[in-house]
Amino acid sequence: MLQARLIRKMRFYVTKSSALAMAIALVCVMAGSPAGHAENKLKVMTATTDLASLAQEVGGDKVDVESVAKGYQDPHFVEAKPSFLLKLRKADLLIVVGLELEIGWLPPLITQSSNPNIQVSANGYLDASRFARILEIPTGQVTRAEGDVHPQGNPHYWLDPDNGLRVAKGIADKLSEMRPNDAAYFAQRYSDFEQRLKQADEKWKAEMKPYAGRKIVTYHRSWPNFAEHFQLNVVGYVEPRPGIPPTPQHTVELIGQMKRDNVKVIVVEPYFDLKTPNSVARETGGQVVVLLPSVGGEKEVTDYFKLFDYDIAKLKQAFDATH
Amino acid sequence: MKKTFVLCALLFAAVDARAQASSTSDSPGDPSLVEKPAANSEARIQTLEQQVSMLAEQVAWLRGQLKVLADAKVPGDESGARLVLTSAPAPVSAESSSSSVASAAAMRAAAPDAPVPQAQAPQSTQSQTFGGASGNARLLNPDISLIGDFIGAVGHNDVTPMPSLQLHESELGVQAIIDPYARADVFISFGEEGVNVEEGYVTFTSLPAGLLLKVGKMRADFGKINTIHNHALPFIDRPLATNNLVGGEDGIDDAGFSLSRILPAPKGWFVEATAQVFRGDSSDVFTASERQDASVVGHLRGYKDITESTNLDLGLSYARGHNDLGSAFITSLYGADATLRWKPLRRAIYKSFIFRTELFYSLRDQISPIDLSQTMHAFGMYSSAEYRVNRRWTLGGRFDRSAHARNANLIDTGLSAIVTYWPSEFSQIRGQYRYGHLATAPNASFDNANELLFQFLFVMGAHGAHPF
Repeated sequence: MLQARLIRKMRFYVTKSSALAMAIALVCVMAGSPAGHAENKLKVMTATTDLASLAQEVGGDKVDVESVAKGYQDPHFVEAKPSFLLKLRKADLLIVVGLELEIGWLPPLITQSSNPNIQVSANGYLDASRFARILEIPTGQVTRAEGDVHPQGNPHYWLDPDNGLRVAKGIADKLSEMRPNDAAYFAQRYSDFEQRLKQADEKWKAEMKPYAGRKIVTYHRSWPNFAEHFQLNVVGYVEPRPGIPPTPQHTVELIGQMKRDNVKVIVVEPYFDLKTPNSVARETGGQVVVLLPSVGGEKEVTDYFKLFDYDIAKLKQAFDATH
Repeated sequence: MKKTFVLCALLFAAVDARAQASSTSDSPGDPSLVEKPAANSEARIQTLEQQVSMLAEQVAWLRGQLKVLADAKVPGDESGARLVLTSAPAPVSAESSSSSVASAAAMRAAAPDAPVPQAQAPQSTQSQTFGGASGNARLLNPDISLIGDFIGAVGHNDVTPMPSLQLHESELGVQAIIDPYARADVFISFGEEGVNVEEGYVTFTSLPAGLLLKVGKMRADFGKINTIHNHALPFIDRPLATNNLVGGEDGIDDAGFSLSRILPAPKGWFVEATAQVFRGDSSDVFTASERQDASVVGHLRGYKDITESTNLDLGLSYARGHNDLGSAFITSLYGADATLRWKPLRRAIYKSFIFRTELFYSLRDQISPIDLSQTMHAFGMYSSAEYRVNRRWTLGGRFDRSAHARNANLIDTGLSAIVTYWPSEFSQIRGQYRYGHLATAPNASFDNANELLFQFLFVMGAHGAHPF
């Protein structure tokens, strides 16, 4: 009896020490391979492709830019896949949209990346929303009876070229701060971008001018900044509340409203189901147009300029076809 | 000596120059006061100066607050604050003719000037219109959430009966970034039996060499299901294998340390190793009779994106601790898990499919009537599948098979079908039909269970996302 006990105890100690050794070995292996050192190029990760495009514009060949979300993906519902961690843990700078757009997936990625540079408020963390003009900031009490509202304002602010410019400036300043030696380069890139964007914006505004004041309906509240900049009037939404899928009752109301106000164009983001918008269009004699809220929503839309080129061309087509 | 004197002199000169500068910067407000009619004089100017300095103090305080709140909003804030400051004297002087001016009135008077920076320069990148709402009371508070989990059961189950109706759990989540180096997550669950800190840990995110350290009470990184909170499960109950081998609903959930790191791996593979040391008290799996009866958990995870929408997640787990029979009795657990996920990015909110299998192997030292002591080998597993039909509906199924840790001859089998409906992201209604061929431990007989479970889940507040 006692002997059996003793043997058991010994066995236990042996296994215990071997487990300890294993743990120590594991830690040694872990500590032995330090994270990759920063190369010459700044490694920039962005939450969305639009920010990636802006960062690329001002960063030029001094930065490596990659976005976590794809342009054809709903930026509210990105999966926090571990494969992103491989990139995030080596990033020098992380640029986020902010205003709780990424709240469902970015915080755990930032934590798990164990990259001190990009933790919230660290030097390599940049919230682009603080440079931008934000619309639809709720006043008074905010409840989810309103759906998935963003208490700090509408996060789809990049769809206004003025905001794109402001964010690009913010990114250029950040890059200069991180790489003072290249500050002149970034400033030069920015002023070049500013010039090109202002030029393009003149063109876009001129193209949209004949349609100023037109009423449209959108699926989600992704377009307030776009509508404001190009003087469109968003009068209704396919979603009864932000983030709540269409309901029959709301759809009937929407059809009535569109008929009353003679609204013919329904703007839908590429990641939403077209069934309800199509049936609304059939009822009202309108047209559904899939506009891209982000760079990369279609293959040919490879940068911030092409995003507006694409959307405006599609919108014009839809307006012309319904009138 | 001489040097320090020179330095002091320089310092004095600098301070003096600054004082002069500030006094001159104050002066623009003065002329208007001097020109005021009536018998105003030194006294009035003094009161005004006091008020101005009071205002300046308040502005400085506000500025301090702003600095704390808006991380690096510096340029915008400063220009805004200065505008208010310089515009303050004018309204004060205007009202000063009515002799008594409370500082509150001054503040009120200054308030109409606040929109000035907005109107002035809508184009400039650094004015106060930009950025989200920051006058938000929640800013320095942690994210607080409460998840209510209401479960009902009907049907027949004599082996593991559940109450007909229960507010099974109310999980209070309090989450915040602590400082530039750490964040903390605390989840307190109020159940039918009382209150329990389900998890409460601090995560150090800024350690060297890519290490991630968690300290506190946490769900151990043993397999997949053990790490998932009740409300995040794809079923209402936990698999039989969890109940029989890995500590039931609470699972391996203990106080200790967790250290993990991403390991170098072939291209495209994400490999992460985790080593954890706990006190050694977890439900009915581990019991620490003595202080040195710690338990350890090791986990190795491999993940690969097969395509953009399909990925494979593999894991190996090991846990070892002392069981309820005493310090000399060890329980070792081995686990393997595999998850295949499919979610097309364009239709992520409408369609997805997840298949998961977990295997558990338990080696439990215990007293045997025949050999005095024996190691009981028990095997358990479950496989589950989940298919999102559309934005609101998800269908699922699960197969369970598991021996009992204390008696491997008793093998439970189960089958479940699950339907989930999501009115929104913040509530969930679920039904589950559950069949079980369950062993009753004392007399080694089997009993069939046929049950219908239903669940209502609701989320209040900002519940931080759980890791993938």
